[in-house]
Amino acid sequence: MSDHAAQRNFVEAVGARVLGGVCYLGGITILLGRAVSVSRATLARSSGRDALIVQMVRVGVRSVGIVCLVQIFIGVILALQLAPPLEPWGQVEMIANIIGIAGFRMLGPILTAVVLSGFAGASIAAELGTMVVAEEIEALQAHALNPVRFLIVPRLLATFVMMILLTIIANWMIAIGGYVTALAVLDPEVSEGYWSLMRDQLRLRDFASGLIMAGVFGVLISLIACYEGLRVRGGAEGVGKATTMTVVYSIVSIVLAAGVFTAIFYVFGF
Amino acid sequence: MTQTDTDNSTNAPISVKPVIRVVDLVKRFSGRAVLDGINLAVHKGETIVIMGGSGCGKSTLLRHMIGSLFPEEGRVELLGRNLNELDEPDLNALRLRFGILFQSGALFNSMTVGENVALPLREHTNLDEQTIDIMVTIKLEQVGLREAADLMPAEISGGMKKRAGLARAIALDPEILFYDEPSAGLDPVTSAEIDQLVMDLSGKLGVTSVVVTHEMDSAFRIADRMAMLDRGKMIKIAPRSEFEAIRDGQATGDEGTDLIRQFLRGDSEGPITARRLSTGYEEDILEAAWEE
Ligand SMILES: Nc1ncnc2c1ncn2[C@@H]1O[C@H](COP(=O)(O)OP(=O)(O)OP(=O)(O)O)[C@@H](O)[C@H]1O
Ligand SMILES: [Mg+2]
Repeated sequence: MSDHAAQRNFVEAVGARVLGGVCYLGGITILLGRAVSVSRATLARSSGRDALIVQMVRVGVRSVGIVCLVQIFIGVILALQLAPPLEPWGQVEMIANIIGIAGFRMLGPILTAVVLSGFAGASIAAELGTMVVAEEIEALQAHALNPVRFLIVPRLLATFVMMILLTIIANWMIAIGGYVTALAVLDPEVSEGYWSLMRDQLRLRDFASGLIMAGVFGVLISLIACYEGLRVRGGAEGVGKATTMTVVYSIVSIVLAAGVFTAIFYVFGF
Repeated sequence: MTQTDTDNSTNAPISVKPVIRVVDLVKRFSGRAVLDGINLAVHKGETIVIMGGSGCGKSTLLRHMIGSLFPEEGRVELLGRNLNELDEPDLNALRLRFGILFQSGALFNSMTVGENVALPLREHTNLDEQTIDIMVTIKLEQVGLREAADLMPAEISGGMKKRAGLARAIALDPEILFYDEPSAGLDPVTSAEIDQLVMDLSGKLGVTSVVVTHEMDSAFRIADRMAMLDRGKMIKIAPRSEFEAIRDGQATGDEGTDLIRQFLRGDSEGPITARRLSTGYEEDILEAAWEE
């Protein structure tokens, strides 16, 4: 193969990837648009509200334990890693400020989202994919029942709401993890001043920016999961692929979105 | 091959507008024409059976008739409306007038059998819960599944799933019923029961039925007219008696007729198998080698 041909193949491959990415984004955006346009219709019916509650329980209650466990450990790790470098400056008590900022602004939402993409995202994709394979989605349509109104909206709203609620819990778990560590292994004055330092450090915008991101992550996770699930073709194999891709794309999009939002917050001093 | 004109092949008067009309329908999947110029007219109250080998496009044709797939060329008219031209609300209004039994039953797995049947009633009527309960019981009794109302789809057998799917399909008393292989994979008795059900629905209630099947016994039991689909083309549409004559007659030498004859009789030798053996074995091998 000549150099020229190799180069062209490379360009073509990159082009195909970019095009595929744009199509994917387009597909997800369309799905979001449709979901938004029928969300009122979902909530207007008691069956829709019931479905929402079922999904909230499924998304939230099942992952709350894992979220707590992970986030407490994050608090512990932060405290143990930050204490030694702060020691020479006599500022070990500052771990409260740093854990507050890092936890509430970033680690709380991001790690909760990662846990949720594995928990809720994967299971939503598998469930919808199985429904596609079993002709259930077509059956809904044939009965004049809109699958977006029936299936997507409850999952999207549930993940959005639960992501925010779980992040609130997660934030406190990180803080508690740091506090417990301070109590157990650091100087007594560190734990004594812990909560007041954290309270002085944190502003409303720190809570808010974390929760805004959490909401965005929730929408991203559920949209990707629903999209992957709905486009499953070809049996169990397709379902397996959809769950894997859901987790991969979710995590990538979570980190990218976090980067974008952090940059925006930074520019606007939020 | 005999390309039978649809409108001559029926004994219904020409002036009666068909309930379903498929006109010059072409459907391609990634460039390959799966349905290639299909014409078909189904009249009120009749039962038409569509036959054909596995993968010849029967389910795909059915999906076009229910407006879940749309053709590249041609059109489907259902109850006088061109499906291509309907928007979602109009299509949904039309969907309430027909029912479909999917190949796999397609029950909603998160609901009990009873809830599956109740769903269309709950969503599309203003009936109160008590009335819906009664209706569900009636529909389930019709398919012989009353005792399974509270079971989940995962807990019942394949045949029961099909029957439950049928109960759901008839929940709103449709004018047209589509069946995708209603008796495939069922034991002979259950299969005969389903056939009886199909005949009852069309005989007593005047439902128009389109049945896809390759169970020949069942096809000859229920059909008024039969249609043979082969490799994306409709090669014959005729009253049952004509197909019976082909089945019971001698091989004619005409490829289309002999193909149908082999299919109906389930012979292991004939045009279908001859085609399979002769098509491009060498080409395939050469092509494979070439791609290396
Ligand atoms: N969504 C799709 N995308 C691509 N190809 C498809 C799709 N649906 C069906 N096909 C192809 O179209 C052809 C006809 O499929 P179809 O399901 O209509 O066959 P069938 O006659 O119902 O077969 P069977 O008797 O096995 O149910 C097959 O070759 C199948 O691979
Ligand atoms: Mg089929």
